[in-house]
Parts: sequence; C-alpha cells; structure tokens
Amino acid sequence: MTIKIGIPRALLFYQYFPMWKTFFEKLGLQVVVSGHTTKGILEKGARLCVDEACLPVKVAFGHVAELKEADSIFLPRLVSVSPGEYICPKFLGFPDMVKQCAQDLPPLIMTNFNQYRREGDLYAAFSETGRVLGSNPAKVYFAYREALRAHKRHTSLLQRGYMPEDAVKLAGEPPEKGSLEQEDVRSRPVVAVIGHPYNIYDGFISMNLIKRLEKAGFRVVTQDHLSEETLRHHAGRLPKKLFWTLGRNMTGGALHYLSDPGIKGLVHVASFACGPDSMTGELIERFVRRMGGKPFLNLTLDEHTGEAGVVTRLEAFTDMINLRLASGS
Amino acid sequence: MKVTFPHMGHMWICLQAMLEYLGVEVVVPPPSSKRTLSLGSKHSPEFACMPLKLNLGNFMEAAERGADTIVMAGGCGPCRFGYYAQVEHEILKDLGYNYHLVVMEPPEKHIGELLAKIRYITGKSSWLEVIRGIRFGYRKALAVDELERLAMVRRPREIKMGSTDGALQQALAEVVRATDFRELEKASAGGIEIMREVRTEERPVLRVALVGEIYTLLEPFANQDIERRLGSMGIEVDRSIYLSEWVNDHLFMGFIRGLRSSKEYCRSASPYLNHFVGGHGQETVGSAVFYARSGYNGIIQLLPFTCMPEIVAQSILPGVSNDLDIPIMTLIVDEQSGEAGMTTRLEAFNDLLYRKSSAKEVLA
Ligand code: SF4
Ligand code: SF4
Repeated sequence: MTIKIGIPRALLFYQYFPMWKTFFEKLGLQVVVSGHTTKGILEKGARLCVDEACLPVKVAFGHVAELKEADSIFLPRLVSVSPGEYICPKFLGFPDMVKQCAQDLPPLIMTNFNQYRREGDLYAAFSETGRVLGSNPAKVYFAYREALRAHKRHTSLLQRGYMPEDAVKLAGEPPEKGSLEQEDVRSRPVVAVIGHPYNIYDGFISMNLIKRLEKAGFRVVTQDHLSEETLRHHAGRLPKKLFWTLGRNMTGGALHYLSDPGIKGLVHVASFACGPDSMTGELIERFVRRMGGKPFLNLTLDEHTGEAGVVTRLEAFTDMINLRLASGS
Repeated sequence: MKVTFPHMGHMWICLQAMLEYLGVEVVVPPPSSKRTLSLGSKHSPEFACMPLKLNLGNFMEAAERGADTIVMAGGCGPCRFGYYAQVEHEILKDLGYNYHLVVMEPPEKHIGELLAKIRYITGKSSWLEVIRGIRFGYRKALAVDELERLAMVRRPREIKMGSTDGALQQALAEVVRATDFRELEKASAGGIEIMREVRTEERPVLRVALVGEIYTLLEPFANQDIERRLGSMGIEVDRSIYLSEWVNDHLFMGFIRGLRSSKEYCRSASPYLNHFVGGHGQETVGSAVFYARSGYNGIIQLLPFTCMPEIVAQSILPGVSNDLDIPIMTLIVDEQSGEAGMTTRLEAFNDLLYRKSSAKEVLA
C-alpha cells in the first residue's frame, strides 16, 4: 500500500503545492490535500489554538486536523524562502504549536526549510525530508530536480496571469497549453488585489473577494502575477529593505500597481492583528495617500468580520471605479 | 543637535549617561504616561504592537522639549522591531516633524555604516573615548539592575509598606547623578547601602517569575507596575531579562562579552520549541522551563496584544505547565487594559499559588 502524505490547503500551499506534490509523488508516495476552507474547518482550528492567533493560522490548524487519515502530515518549518528574509515568526513556530496543541495526529514531517543564507539550501531541506521518509538519496535528488521544475512552471503560470488553483490544475498539461482566457476578460478594467496568498486565494477567508470582483466585471491581478525583478525593484523604494518575503512582495506589488495607469483600483487585504501587515499595510496606505488618485480599499479580516459589511464596502469601491471610468478619467 | 531615544523602563539612565559622557546634548522624553500612549496610538497603525505606539508618543513629547535627532536600536527580523524606526520615521514625517533618525543595527553591507552613525552622533570624540562612553553607560545599566534585584527581594518582606520603593527611587537618583566612573562606583555602593537599610522581616514568601516580551517586562507603564503590585502582595519576583543584557545585545551588538546569554534559555526550550521564532519567543519558553526547575511557585508571561513571537510561546507554555507542574498565567496588555482587570487576575493567581503551596506543605 502506498504511503499517504497529507498536505494542508493553507499557508504557503498556494505558492508551493506543485513543488511539494511533485517531490512526494516522484518518491512514490501518494499526496492527499485537505479540502477547501469551510466554517467547520475554521471552527475546528480555532478550538485547537490560542485565541490570539491570526485567522490564517487558525484556519491552518483546522486543515491539519482534516488530515487525520494520512500516514504522515507534511508540516515543514518555513524559516526562510529567500536569502536575507523570513516569512513571519508564526511560521517559524507553527509546527511546534501544532505539536503542542493538537493531539491524535499522524506523525508530522517537520523539516526546516531555510534559505536565509543561500538560495541553494533548498536541496538540503528536501534531502532531509527524503531521509526522514527513508528514501534512497539518488531518488531524492531526482525527485528534487523534478520538484524544482514543477515549481518553475507554477511560477511562470502565475506570472502569465493565472490564479494559483487554476495553475495547479494545469500543472500536468504540456507547456504550450494554458494560454490565458478569452478575449473579453482581457479587455476588462483591471483591479489589483494585494494580500497574503493564504488570505486572498482562500475563498472562505477572503469571502470570495476575487470572484466577486470578477463577477462585477473586472479582471483581477495580484502581487503574484509580477516577476521577482519587478517586485524587488519597487520594494527597493522603501526606506529599508523589508525582511518579510510576503510583505516585501505585497509592498512591491502595491507600489508597482499604484504607478501603473492601467490599474483602476487597489484592494489591500490584511489579517486582523497581523504583525507584518500592521507595518507593510501602514507603508502601503501612506504611499497611496502620497501618490494620490487611485480608489483604494483596505479590508481587515478575522473570524468575526461580517460578510454584509465587506460586500457593501466592495460595492462602494467598484461603484467609484465605474464612475471614474464613465467620466473618462 | 539634541538627541532623544525611546523609553524602556530605566534604559534612559544608561543612554543618557553614555551620550552625556561624550558631550552629546540629550533630551530625555518625559516618562511614558497615558498622554504618551494616546498621542502615539492616535497616529500609529491600529495593530502595531504597543511598544511602537509608546515610542512614537515619546518622540512627539521629546520634540516638545526641543529634540531633533532620534537614536534607537534596529534589527533584521523576523520580528517587527527591526522595522520600527523606519515606520515611526515615516509617520513623524507625515505629521510634519523634522527628526533626523539614526538607527543602531547590524550593518547591511559593511561595519563602516555603523561606525559612521556612531561618528555622526558623537562628533569629535576619539574612538577610545567612545568606547569609554559605552562602558560608562553599560556600568550604569549594571548598577540599575542590581538595585532592581534588591528591590524585588525586599518588597515582599518590608515592614513598612512602600519603604522599598522610596529607597529604590533614592538609590537610582544617586546612580543618575554620577558623571564619571569614580562617582559611579561610589553611587552604586551608596545605592546598595540605601536598599539594605530598608527594614524587613523573615517571612515565607511565594516566588513568581516574569517572562515574555522584553519591552513589557522592563517598562512599568506598559505592565502596569506589575513588579510592585506582586511585591506588595508578598511575592518575590524575578524577571527573565535585565536591562544590561538587552543593552549589550541590541545597542552594543554584543560588544561586551561573557554575560549570561540567552543561549542558555534557548537550550532549555527544547523539546518544546526547537527553533528561534524572533523576539524573545524561544527565551520565554526556555526561561519558563528554567524557573519551573528552579522551584518557583508560578510564572507570568507578559506580552503586548498582537506580539507574534510571544503568541507562539503562549501556545506552547501549557505543555511546560503540565509537564513541570507549575501554574503559568498569560497577561496581554494593550491600550485598553484596565487596572481593575489586572488586579483581579493577579489576586486570583496569587490565591491559586497560595493554595497549591499550602497543599504541598500539608503533604510534605
Ligand atoms: S504574516 Fe500575519 S497573517 Fe501571516 S501568519 Fe504572520 S501574523 Fe498571521
Ligand atoms: S517582540 Fe512583540 S512587541 Fe516586540 S516588536 Fe516583536 S511583535 Fe512587537
């Protein structure tokens, strides 16, 4: 019987799932993923972890608890995914928090992913993961190469305008497949959504923000559709290098879209009581004010956020854009 | 140039000493107060952690007294502290303040960056003098720590309520007044003498350790004077971090060697938390283990609302509490925390510890 590795559909799932999945499958394991976030998953997660944790961490706890049937759960400690940068203190402690707070789970695979010093240290993380699983090193190396390839393809699909879950679906297709949607979508007015991937792409957490904007007749872009160079270039305008990768991407993306006349409005999504967001959100808002002009909506989300309020504010935001479009500015 | 810096407990004594020793004109901000906090909160991001809000308030109040340059520590993550200075500076700029900002932090490229900053502040002093100035400030930090430790032991045993605190203020004033090494040596000895003169009696006391986020631990305004409150309830307090340790780590970049280092704590954190998580999160877990093993009766974790490393620690402390059979209470402070709430929780915790320790005595 093949061993089942569980991967929670939470946190950095949206960036790294194809890479992780490929790695495990090339080692001959079966990958199972928790379903889309539901109220039940959130409630389960919230019961397991401390009240003070942010919404995405509570949701992530819920997803982990969904994976009880797996033989082990892949819960890497994501220290750093880019040299000189971290993600968030909570990512550093997440596996330990789960270990302390959630009982009756299958064994956890908690290898450190730490590229703080060198990009290339990624291999060390995979080879350690392979060792924990008892796989043959040569096979692990091969799987790692394939995983990298899958990741490259995922990133390039994102940069061509796909949303992560669509990119995941296309992962198996030949490279020439997946030219972006139909013409009518291309010609729509464009709105940028900036936020942590696990917030903006999780339909439950974001209350279907992206879908709603699309329904309202817009095309949506996010910071993940931009190239690393563009993000770095714009983040370089900050008074000091940001040491949170996601925060750096978000700020760089926001600054890029703010100076792009093709972008008609900007939505910033923050988690309630999120540390990095409190700092980068502040900087983004100050830039919005200083650079003037674009309609801007700041949404702060937690489990008590009312859907009705979000919908009203979103409508006011899109009305404002439509008004401006109609008046030709 | 008039230099100011943010408050954090008695840190001002050490910084003022160091800068004035080098002939720099200093503006110490008024002690953090309700006004400071409301000034700071009004202009800070809503979810910024409380130290940022108080820093900002300190700078606004110091500007009223003529300060034009800020010196503060920085860092390179993963915690927010490393970006405090820059965000505070942007806010001050938009408010129309004309502050020059000097951040002491590990240089991004070259040690020269840091040296140039020190040069900028200290002007024409020679490097040798700069080093002496740093040593002088550091000696003051050590003297302050010693006096605070004495106060924590004497408070629960004092015969006349409040006599320890009176003596502490007097002793600290001596240390503040000293302007050179010789005077400081005398002042420290004199201060210790003043503390010894507080009349106490031998009585059984409970021992409680304070662990958690450094700023909340060191700043009485932020922790609502928790050390004094516990002391007056007859509890002897210790704290996982002292000023001199922080100053050495963050302002002097570990310049002074051979101190009790946080590495010790980090080792005790295993197996509960095997990795650093920024701030003092791992130290919090490790020091809790350390205090539990040293026979303390209880532990209180202090943190500001939204503090990330301490939220990680908070999730893990129940395991420590269970395994080592020691009550641990978490206190979260923010601008809304009321005094009444704090008093009730401390009293309840005290009762719990008291019952637990008498139960032990009966069994023994
Ligand atoms: S970055 Fe913010 S939302 Fe994400 S885990 Fe950290 S505190 Fe939570
Ligand atoms: S340790 Fe906590 S309080 Fe201090 S800067 Fe970090 S998040 Fe804020």
